[in-house]
Amino acid sequence: MSERVLEAEGLVVTFPGDAGRTAVVDHVDLAIDAGEALALVGESGCGKSMTALSLLRLVPKPGRIEAGHIEIAGQDVLALPIPALRSLRGRGAAMIFQEPMTSLNPVLTVGAQVVEAIRLHERVGAGEARRRAANLFARVGIPDPDARIDAYPHQLSGGMKQRAMIAIALAARPKLLIADEPTTALDVTIQAQILDLLRDLRHDSGMALLLITHDLGIVNEVADRVAVMYAGQLVETGSRELVLGAARHPYTQGLLRSIPALAPRGARLTEIPGSVPSAGAWPSGCRFHPRCPRAFEPCPRIDPGWTELRAGQRARCHAVANEEAS
Amino acid sequence: MSAAATRADVAPILQVEGLRTWFPVRAGVLQRPAAWVRAVDDVSFEIESGRTLALVGESGCGKTTVGRSLLRLVEPQAGRVVFEGQDLLALPRAALRPLRRRLQIVFQDPMASLDPRMRVRDLVAEGMQVHGIGADETERTERVAQLLARVQIDARHMARYAHEFSGGQRQRICIARALAVEPRLLVCDEATSALDVSIQSQVLNLLRDLQQELGLTYLFITHDLGVVRYLADRVAVMYLGQIVEQGETEELFRAPQHPYTQALLAAVPSLDPARRSAAAVVRGDVPSPAAPPPGCRFHTRCPRVFDRCRVEPPAAFATPTGESRCFLSDPTEPRARQERAS
Amino acid sequence: MPLHVWVNGAVALFALGAAVVAWRLRQSALWREAGRELWHRRPLALAFVALYGAVALCDAISWTDAEGTGVRAPRSLLERAFPADFHEASYSAPLASVEFYGGQPLHHPGAHWLGTDILGRDVLLQALRGARVALLVGGLTSLIAIPLALLFGVAAGYRGGWLDDVVLFLISVLFAMPGLLLLIALIMALGRGPVQVCVALGVTGWVSFARLARGETLKLRELDYVQAARALGVSELRIVVRHVVPNLMHLVVITFVLMFSGLVLTEAVLAWLGLGIDGSWGQMIDRARDELSRDPIIWWNLAAASAALFGLILAVNLVGDAVRDILDPRTLRERT
Repeated sequence: MSERVLEAEGLVVTFPGDAGRTAVVDHVDLAIDAGEALALVGESGCGKSMTALSLLRLVPKPGRIEAGHIEIAGQDVLALPIPALRSLRGRGAAMIFQEPMTSLNPVLTVGAQVVEAIRLHERVGAGEARRRAANLFARVGIPDPDARIDAYPHQLSGGMKQRAMIAIALAARPKLLIADEPTTALDVTIQAQILDLLRDLRHDSGMALLLITHDLGIVNEVADRVAVMYAGQLVETGSRELVLGAARHPYTQGLLRSIPALAPRGARLTEIPGSVPSAGAWPSGCRFHPRCPRAFEPCPRIDPGWTELRAGQRARCHAVANEEAS
Repeated sequence: MSAAATRADVAPILQVEGLRTWFPVRAGVLQRPAAWVRAVDDVSFEIESGRTLALVGESGCGKTTVGRSLLRLVEPQAGRVVFEGQDLLALPRAALRPLRRRLQIVFQDPMASLDPRMRVRDLVAEGMQVHGIGADETERTERVAQLLARVQIDARHMARYAHEFSGGQRQRICIARALAVEPRLLVCDEATSALDVSIQSQVLNLLRDLQQELGLTYLFITHDLGVVRYLADRVAVMYLGQIVEQGETEELFRAPQHPYTQALLAAVPSLDPARRSAAAVVRGDVPSPAAPPPGCRFHTRCPRVFDRCRVEPPAAFATPTGESRCFLSDPTEPRARQERAS
Repeated sequence: MPLHVWVNGAVALFALGAAVVAWRLRQSALWREAGRELWHRRPLALAFVALYGAVALCDAISWTDAEGTGVRAPRSLLERAFPADFHEASYSAPLASVEFYGGQPLHHPGAHWLGTDILGRDVLLQALRGARVALLVGGLTSLIAIPLALLFGVAAGYRGGWLDDVVLFLISVLFAMPGLLLLIALIMALGRGPVQVCVALGVTGWVSFARLARGETLKLRELDYVQAARALGVSELRIVVRHVVPNLMHLVVITFVLMFSGLVLTEAVLAWLGLGIDGSWGQMIDRARDELSRDPIIWWNLAAASAALFGLILAVNLVGDAVRDILDPRTLRERT
């Protein structure tokens, strides 16, 4: 029985808007066991990055976590006092971001930044910390690690920088790694290397992974389970095989059909008409209804609840609920 | 039979030969060029009228510079760019203006492509004003309305500013702006890369429809192989300033000849839930374009490298539908025969 | 023609120009929105600045009375708000009825709210008249400096090459000279009149904005929409006029407002050196050197001028900070 590394329920994050505060993350539930990889998928503006930030209470002002319960490695994150929270960040869960360029301090060597991360969580001497940093670099696949310890970020390529970021994140041996679009800024061959690295790290250490992305290909390569987000809400969750191979929610289906790689040459791509609504202008009822090919009578009025499907897959859609009932 | 014959008779609308665009790295008191970044180094390709050539590669390979060199937004050092029979690089800059109508470009970043201080109507009409299309402002406004309708933007919004539209809509406005001057060839420089998947499909469909309607020719510059497979007739793969492989899309995806093309295709995440890719094929990072490796530029990362690759730059050898810059495609190379046998 | 007529003409021209600019700006939704936002954020400071502006305008328009009646010299609208022969013999305290030294009864007892100065002139009137000088220094100088800066900065940034080198050299030379000494030399050479002082300030003051304009132009030159215009066949000159300069306007407005207070303060320093413009607050403050050493102290001249100066600078700076926040392109909000 795997231990549960992350348990989040009813997460609500709000930002001030023209008409009071609006929820950019609206009652999201996530659960990840040790060694598991969950992909949180959605397009820009759906709230996935804010969800990830809220797990470690990193939501920038004027945003606020209004409601919800978050447990990481058994600790109630929202109730932790600040010193305990700092200890959790890095040790319970660590985060890596999209832009390695801005996530690394340009005036410090990468080695210094890894050492800082190590010594924040453990009492080790400078020499020992440096040795561990070199080990971490080797583990994340940075060639010539002893020399690279003293390199500055601008001397490293994009792929190397991202590996350095991962090394910093791993410094305190976290149980959960939260990766927010870690390969979006990288070339596809480098991306493949980084995805391999993430796969290997999970196999070696049993670390859980929460991967935030918009790329369904990466989801297929890395994730065990998938959660699809739209307009601040989860709309479909389930195993990778089911969500990608047998998607039930019209939005997930639409996304899969819009991918050119999956379409036959020369045929028209299926479009999802319209565009993603911005926070504060959510449509009434089901938020996807104005763009949905299967919208019918209850959709503009009632926000759909979850419909349980087979093998843990579930979707939030009136049409799917209808299908299951019959 | 007659269709093939007519196509073979007509010269390609665009022929690029030996294009070289180098950027100087200046140093010293007198700011002399200390080194050259060989962004585009001996690139040759052609596109037939009404067809799409995709120029693919990763960052730093030079594909964007190729696009800008064709329009002389950067000045190449050498080469020929023969467009509709005229060598664009041989013309003096002043003579370029009338030709600008025929060759247009759509950029990657929908935020930066439109002047934030101008209304959409003026943005789309600017090209028409410069080239004297339309008899007066009223007629031009009329044409703007038609163009916006064609790219599925509500023409009533033409008095709005660019930032009032979403990314996908802005990109369509850029397409409308390019179409306003009635071009024959459109360079799409990562035109859909900054868009979400669901918006990207709208823009790709639009580009496809426009090509069928207007007989446009596209040079589609991208790093997204999925889009390439869907949209392009022919593909040219670039690495460190050179084209390493060219061919018909189907053939190239089915049987890539160059190890870099093979690595690129292998690196693309698979979308088939039943199948996951094997581990990444190529190691290491891309060398700097200011100091490309000797011999074959890919040899430092190639999984199938042998001695000749390290010293001798390969020529472009013929493949079934195109060419490949690799000794493994050299019919006289014994290693190639060995590899084929094994 | 007498000087005051020229001045009236200039003011009329300026008012016309301002009206045209305001009308053009109203047509642009972007500027309208910015204006509304500014009024929303700093209504008090804006009103204050407008008040100073109104006072200055009143003092700028002057005319002579008909022959034989009243005073010979032209009097401005502001002066006419006060009685015709309003001065005393010498110092008097605020609201006093007798002279400060000697105790002689005043011509207008209790009427001088802020007292009188050494020549018996009403201090309140002097302080109000100082607004005209301050706005002249701030406004006219900026009108000279900013177009100069734009011309050099944009040309250098856009063309690059030898033009850029020449302009940068010029900028560096001007920066290397001690500003105040250069200013003094110029004023000595050009003369001591208000216009000459403004010209001198303008010629020495364009440099820092030119640098800013050049830097911003370098950035704008590489943006996609400029490339797109080139690809469309738009001529380079037209690109500069239609695409580059309008996107520098936000910097122009910010620089104008922030330069304003710096210029007014610089004029005060010049006044202390004896090179300022007649009637400025700086001049009034300069006189305080003398007056503060008297016994009993004469403070009302200094107080009035300082308060007026402080008020204007504070209001302009508050407005300037708000303007900078509003016009920062990064805060351009998306409207649907």
